Amino acid sequence: MTRVHAFHGGVHPPENKRQSNGAPIRPAPIPPRLVLPLSQHIGAPAEPLVKVGDRVLKGQVIAEPIGRVSVSLHAPTSGTVTLIGPQPVPHASGMEANCIVIETDGQDEWIEHAGLEDYKSYTKSELINYIRNYGIAGMGGAGFPTDVKLHLGDDHIVNTLIINAAECEPYITADDLLIRERSDEILGGIEVIAHLLNPSHILIGIEDNKPQAIRALEDAVRGCHLNIDVVVVPTKYPSGGEKQLVKLLTGVEVPSGKIPADVGIVCQNVGTASAIYRAVHRGEPLISRIVTITGDAVDQRHNLDVLIGTQYSELLEASGVRRDDLYRLVMGGPMMGFTMKSDAVPVVKTTNCIIAATEEEMPPAPPALNCIRCGMCEQVCPAELLPQQLHWFAKGKEYDKAKHHNLFDCIECGACSYVCPSNIPLVQYYRNAKAEIRQEEAEKQKAEYARMRFEARQARLEQEKIEKELRRKARAEEAAKAQASKKDSAGAAKPAAAGGDVKTLKTAAAVARTKLKKAEKAFEQAKESGADNLAELEAAFNTAKQKADAAQQKLEQAEKGGTVAAAGAPDIKALKTAAAVARTKLKKAQSALKAAEEKGQDGIEQLRDTVKELEAKADAAQKAFDDAQAAPAPTAPVVDIKQLKTAAAVARTKLKQAEKALEKAQDSGEGDIAELEAKVKELEAKVDTTRKAFEEAEQGGSTPAKPAIDLAPLKEDMDKALAKVEKADAAAKAAEEKGLPTAEKMRAGVDKLRGKYEEAKKAYEDAEVQNAAAGGKPAIDLAPLKEDMDKALAKVEKADAAAKAAEEKGLPTAEKMRAGVDKLRGKYEEAKKAYEDAQAQNNAATPAVSAVNLDELKADMDAALAKVEKADAAAKNAEEKGLPTADKMRAGVDKLRGKYEEAKKTYEDAKAQGGAAVAAVAANLDELKADMEAALGKVQKADVAAKNAEEKGLPTAEKMRAGVEKLRGKYEEAKQAYVAAGGTVDADAKPDTVIVD
Amino acid sequence: MALIRSSSPHLHKMNQTGRVMRLVLLATLPGLAAMTFFFGWGTLINIIWASLLAVGFEAAIMKLRNRPIRFYLSDYSAVVTAVLLALALPPFAAWWVTLVGVFVAIVIAKHLYGGLGQNPFNPAMVAYALLLVSFPVEMTRWTEPFVLVSADSGWSVLSFVDTLKVIFGGIDTSVIDSYTGATPLDALRHRGGLTTEEAWRQVPVLADGIGAWHAVSAAYVMGGVFLLYKKIFTWHAPVSVLGSLAVLSTLFFIVEPDYFADPFFHLTVGGTMLGAFFIATDPVSSATSNKGKIWFGLGIGTLIFVIRTWGGYPDAVAFAVLLMNLSAPFIDQYTQPRTYGHAKAKRGLKGDA
Ligand code: SF4
Ligand code: SF4
Repeated sequence: MTRVHAFHGGVHPPENKRQSNGAPIRPAPIPPRLVLPLSQHIGAPAEPLVKVGDRVLKGQVIAEPIGRVSVSLHAPTSGTVTLIGPQPVPHASGMEANCIVIETDGQDEWIEHAGLEDYKSYTKSELINYIRNYGIAGMGGAGFPTDVKLHLGDDHIVNTLIINAAECEPYITADDLLIRERSDEILGGIEVIAHLLNPSHILIGIEDNKPQAIRALEDAVRGCHLNIDVVVVPTKYPSGGEKQLVKLLTGVEVPSGKIPADVGIVCQNVGTASAIYRAVHRGEPLISRIVTITGDAVDQRHNLDVLIGTQYSELLEASGVRRDDLYRLVMGGPMMGFTMKSDAVPVVKTTNCIIAATEEEMPPAPPALNCIRCGMCEQVCPAELLPQQLHWFAKGKEYDKAKHHNLFDCIECGACSYVCPSNIPLVQYYRNAKAEIRQEEAEKQKAEYARMRFEARQARLEQEKIEKELRRKARAEEAAKAQASKKDSAGAAKPAAAGGDVKTLKTAAAVARTKLKKAEKAFEQAKESGADNLAELEAAFNTAKQKADAAQQKLEQAEKGGTVAAAGAPDIKALKTAAAVARTKLKKAQSALKAAEEKGQDGIEQLRDTVKELEAKADAAQKAFDDAQAAPAPTAPVVDIKQLKTAAAVARTKLKQAEKALEKAQDSGEGDIAELEAKVKELEAKVDTTRKAFEEAEQGGSTPAKPAIDLAPLKEDMDKALAKVEKADAAAKAAEEKGLPTAEKMRAGVDKLRGKYEEAKKAYEDAEVQNAAAGGKPAIDLAPLKEDMDKALAKVEKADAAAKAAEEKGLPTAEKMRAGVDKLRGKYEEAKKAYEDAQAQNNAATPAVSAVNLDELKADMDAALAKVEKADAAAKNAEEKGLPTADKMRAGVDKLRGKYEEAKKTYEDAKAQGGAAVAAVAANLDELKADMEAALGKVQKADVAAKNAEEKGLPTAEKMRAGVEKLRGKYEEAKQAYVAAGGTVDADAKPDTVIVD
Repeated sequence: MALIRSSSPHLHKMNQTGRVMRLVLLATLPGLAAMTFFFGWGTLINIIWASLLAVGFEAAIMKLRNRPIRFYLSDYSAVVTAVLLALALPPFAAWWVTLVGVFVAIVIAKHLYGGLGQNPFNPAMVAYALLLVSFPVEMTRWTEPFVLVSADSGWSVLSFVDTLKVIFGGIDTSVIDSYTGATPLDALRHRGGLTTEEAWRQVPVLADGIGAWHAVSAAYVMGGVFLLYKKIFTWHAPVSVLGSLAVLSTLFFIVEPDYFADPFFHLTVGGTMLGAFFIATDPVSSATSNKGKIWFGLGIGTLIFVIRTWGGYPDAVAFAVLLMNLSAPFIDQYTQPRTYGHAKAKRGLKGDA
């Protein structure tokens, strides 16, 4: 026997049940007219399916549910629909609502109906839907659609099913009689509910003032296979309140603002159970119910089996009402029921009792006095509130305080009003206050929405403005560029080189050369030590050399004509890929080497490793070259984007799958670990694709056209991963709150998901950084600028020469020509300046490339130019004055110009040999690389150690982490040095990404 | 057939304020009887006089405030206040003392604050404290229990008529003197150099008369238990008043029995029982929740002991109650009950705790 817990407060109003529980249930006569409100419960009203004039049969569906919280309506007997429209309904406000009115024909003709043969053979949702279609709504208080409660098993774990048979309100005996006479039906209904909710324990709570009903229940339960306990609770109002009954039977309190299902409990009324039985086993929809007719104003106080829709007046007549004595007509019990304005209202699915009271029986409440703070209300409040405080606050409209005093936990049971010695209608105050607060909140919500809408609009306008501005700027820039290019073409005889990526080509060539040199060196080494795979090596060397040469050639071509300039973009990507491959191979070789060293076998073993390494390098170089050679630039990135897109799409698909799995797991709660795991795995797969996409994006990141497109799918992935994490987290939290056993596992799942998200995020950020770096690097291309400059200079010279010739010949156009020369010189100055600026900028960006040398050379060149100009000016002067020295001076100028040309050439050579210089440094490269790799090794080691420490929660973890950062800084330095010296570093070598998994 | 419409609930416990007050009055009867038996007719005369005054003042105020007089008089609250005040006054208190007291209680302490339910202080105690401060001589001149008046005869109290004369000023004070003396609390306070032990033996009111006070206290306890049984109030306030007083006095008595009075003495003399059962349980001016009532009672018990032991006044119930009335709103804020379905009780007035 289950222990009965107590709840605070409660009252013992006179029971007044004896009057009506003596006689058995009798069927009420079929009335001539039935009025069926379309809304008999919480939720949306049903939608009529019949028209006026239709003949309906008993049990026929006449209105179907719309929305989730809604049930269908059936004709309680056969007859004709005579009206669909507003009629008075049983409601506290005495309002009218849409009803279907049926003129009965007295034949009570059933529609074809039969129960389910074996309800257990149906799926749960089919069965619940069936119940919903049979119009079953809670028959206790609010008339909550029963199917909604039956669905609770889907997303809640229901341990306990409570069947409410307490019937604590005075006067009412409908459930009492129902239990006495139809306990087998109730049990049948309970079995169906238990099948749907699968509770581990079923408790039937019943007050001790119904001994016959208790006996009937106990008899019925005895033969039942279910784990059912009949729990007899002491008679005390309001023990039948859902929350109170839960506390009584289980000792658990339903948390404020939650439903019992949140603590694993579902409550159903006995009447509902019996209705479910009838629907499932007999195919009878909810078309009648038992109603207690009582009160001093009727002669026969009894329980009738009443068709839904029967008007009160019929029932009162059938019970021998004395209309003169009738003073107050209450639907429901005296504590929580409503008074009716007239008896022309119909019985609905929730009507359990009609009290026709005389004035002596229920006199009007005496006038309210001041609250004397006697505290009696507090002593009886089952919600453990301070009713008198609430009363003060409600009266003074201090709603904040009322809310703080938990006004919304008041169940409006009326116990406080009942005991109040000052007769204060406390409940009425609370209802008012609640209604007003709700309205206030609704208004606040509205205002909030309005504000949000306004802000969203504001933001949109702002955004549009910015975009407009950007477009405008872009247009202006374009126009400016167009202007500039026009100018250029106007000034230049030859077409300008189309921004060819000479520089990147140069780098490629340099890299190729470096590789070549290494290959060469290795080859020589190998030759010296007499390795057996010399031939192979030689071949590799040769190809490498070929490629390097070709690359160089290409570069020269590009430098000369700029015709293949476009090929630059894809080069880097391809080279990078190659480098990545090379790096992997290199690493392998290195470790092999180390192993060999440890085993003490030098010589050939070592050599072989080295050779392998070189081979790898050669391969890389070759590949780089191939790519550089092959690529017609614009197509490569497109292909790449497509790939990325596909990858993203795949990731998204996987994501969706994972999402589905996750939802499933969430819904079904326990026992779905397997699915959870599947979900995690799928997410893993997704993240793999994400990472691949990232790598691609990274490789492609150096082609300036791509980043914007690349980032989008990554970002999407990241966001989706985040959403996933959040959803899973919420689910886990919910589970935790409910104390479900799966919570722990779910939490673990969430952590895993979060890890994935972190990865995705990192990938995205890395890609972003990469893009930014890529976008920033080749900022200004010196080569074309220089070309511009040189051309301008050439023009100046030509024009100058022409002018001089003209002067010498005394042509009249000499003046004009001179002016043209000056103009051209101005242009030259401009071009030069642009070039210098660009160079300065580039130097700032990449300070490593023997900039000092170049600058010096340039200074020389400039000085020489200045001299030329000065001399030129002097010579011109002399010419103009017709001095005899003019010729000599001219010769001097020419000499100077020759010098200048020389200086310029040196300078250009030096610049061209930027790569060569790098090549010279190449010998150092290996050293630098070794440094770098050592640094990387340290970083990784330290990182692992730090992570270990973190996992173990050691106090030193923090310091270790800082140490790792320092090491990483050093590694970055080393890397930079290495890169500056011409080495290439692929993404894998990044310490951040190495230890992700 | 006009059906009336009203909000639920449609039943009411016949539990009117008037009924509550009548029960309280009923519960004071044993105390009144004991007082009359031991100290003569004075208390009875005072109660009647005070009640008449209270009804008169109440009616006048109701008229001034334009309220239905009969309706409000029927709640008996004025009478209860008057009776409690009269029980606390010395039996021979002059008529004008009572008049002033009732005026202060009904007009100032109750109606100037808005009437029943709105008064922050217990009206009877406000009046008592004011009288004690204003007329210390009259207020400390207590009647001797009849056993001390003349040892030989049986019930040697002043006759009813003579008592009337004493109260309404028709007799000269020399007669009174033979019937009055110090209360036990006074006697113990002004015992000079005697130890409590010696005082108990040598001071007559302690040696022989103390029984009267014990009896009166017992009578109040009876009344209080009756009200508890009737669920007019809960046990929280009286038990915590008496408990804290008993614990404190026991502690001090154990440490220095020569100087401090024993706990039984503290519980049974002066206004302790009257205060614990009839004053501290006044719902209007006390804390609201059960938890709050316990704190409220603890405060009163502690203050009674502190003021009696170290304060300047012989009895302390009135001051202790008034001080705690003052703190009741504060106590209320921090002793809200834990509402069903909430993990813990809320504090303060709104969302700040
Ligand atoms: S109506 Fe509300 S405040 Fe009154 S007793 Fe019931 S739950 Fe408490
Ligand atoms: S029961 Fe009535 S009079 Fe008493 S405290 Fe509550 S509201 Fe005030």
